[in-house]
Amino acid sequence: MSSRSQRSVLPGFGLTLGFTIFYLGLIVLVPLSAAFLRTFGMTWSEFVAAVASPRVLASYRVSFGASFAAASVNMGFGFLVAWVLVRYPFPGKRIVDALVDLPFALPTAVAGIALTAVYAKNGWVGQYLEPHGIKVAFSEIGVFVALTFIGLPFVVRTLQPVLEELEPELEEAAATLGAGRWQTISRVIVPQLFPALLTGFALAFARALGEYGSVVFISGNMPMRTEIAPLLIITKLEQYDYRGATAIAVVMLVASFVLLLLINLLQKWSRRYHRV
Amino acid sequence: MASVATSLHSRRETAYAAPRATQDPVWVRWLLTGVALAFLGLFLLLPLAAVFAEALRKGLGAYFASFNDPDAFSAIKLTLTAAAISVPANLVFGVAASWAIAKFSFRGKSLLITLIDLPFAVSPVISGLIYVLVFGAQGWFGPWLSDHDIKIIFAVPGIVLATIFVTFPFVARELIPLMQAQGTDEEYAAISLGASGWQTFWRVTLPNAKWGLFYGVILCNARAMGEFGAVSVVSGHIRGETNTMPLHIEILYNEYNFVAAFAVASLLAVLALVTLVLKSLVEWKHHQTNAE
Repeated sequence: MSSRSQRSVLPGFGLTLGFTIFYLGLIVLVPLSAAFLRTFGMTWSEFVAAVASPRVLASYRVSFGASFAAASVNMGFGFLVAWVLVRYPFPGKRIVDALVDLPFALPTAVAGIALTAVYAKNGWVGQYLEPHGIKVAFSEIGVFVALTFIGLPFVVRTLQPVLEELEPELEEAAATLGAGRWQTISRVIVPQLFPALLTGFALAFARALGEYGSVVFISGNMPMRTEIAPLLIITKLEQYDYRGATAIAVVMLVASFVLLLLINLLQKWSRRYHRV
Repeated sequence: MASVATSLHSRRETAYAAPRATQDPVWVRWLLTGVALAFLGLFLLLPLAAVFAEALRKGLGAYFASFNDPDAFSAIKLTLTAAAISVPANLVFGVAASWAIAKFSFRGKSLLITLIDLPFAVSPVISGLIYVLVFGAQGWFGPWLSDHDIKIIFAVPGIVLATIFVTFPFVARELIPLMQAQGTDEEYAAISLGASGWQTFWRVTLPNAKWGLFYGVILCNARAMGEFGAVSVVSGHIRGETNTMPLHIEILYNEYNFVAAFAVASLLAVLALVTLVLKSLVEWKHHQTNAE
């Protein structure tokens, strides 16, 4: 009771909270609910036909598969990059550290055409891969490369603060008790990082799932093979199939919200882990 | 004497042993650093360099000639317009939301924070789609809007709305944790010394939160100028009218006009680099103020 009256000393609560909820509703909640309400107008069999046709199922497979692969690679290399940035000194470290955020700052369309240029048949990397039968641009690997680029900062930025706060005493204790360096890392360090690693993975996966701009240029957009779900939504829209587009969007939205919930739980777990 | 000798001795030993036990051998360090840098070089540096290399492929003359195009000009103008509206809108929202959330306690606060973050979880394409469902010809307000001759979808207002949606959380999510950590003591002090609410906000809260605010604005602006998927759905791709810079890049690229596409892309790449530099500066400044 006393804390309530104390807090009301500061003015503006009603105004700012009212504006926050109004603006949130206007920009986010009402338009988002439009997607769900639109699908309520469909019969169940219409909905199933729209979200489970072979071409749509193939697009989920591409989206989820490539996102999973990209987030996994990012989990491994993100761990490595975070580890190197936190633990080892080397020249130009601050520039490298800043550069990690490039995928956040570089517009996705720019990333898309740049990656395509690098991995095309005559590109800087593509010219060495194609003779060996590895086709990156305009193939499934291209989707994976674009999604890896997009998700790169998430694992690094989630792990970095946790790595910085690791207590050196634990490592020293492990070493004193006779653990080898590798044992210390796998038994002492990695378990402490585990919640953060999973959070980073989930964030990169969620981002990759919805990504559009960087993928459309490099993937070649072949139905059943490299067509991602967000692209299929746009294709349906361009054919004025609003119901079909909305139905796929609702499936993807539900997947995103489940992931968001999972990420929130992971972050709570991570925080609790670290307080202990 | 003996005890001093042993303590010195043991100290020297721990000084040696500690780094050896908790640090990796030199060759491991070099190897891991090398692999990490190679990965970053391959995935980050190479594409960035490719933007400029492709833009300059036919020389500086061709590069600058790409900008001598009224459509490119109108795309730049539209991108700046969309950012000039959406960034201030989300800035005002971010400040209001963080004032309410950080300075007061109320029920449902964590739900509100989750809802504010929601646009980050939504695919850009779906962010555009939902506005089509509300304002498009077949949407909720479609018939009413066309009766009153108001165009939102396939016009500038739709582009601005979609941009506001995708950049919605940026300022709020930087400010909320910062202002929560700063607490309310200084504001109480100001109020009890006779300051008005506005004076407290301008003289106490805002100066304390300025680096977080600036940080959020930088990121918000970068996304606003670079957004592609959401804007692509609502724009209608009318050349010279509803094309932003990223959409103009797509059109040029699909017309095999690669030099011009990468020339426009190079402007956005420079923007990205400026964003990263400013971001690092703000982080450094914020660190300094915290250390004081």
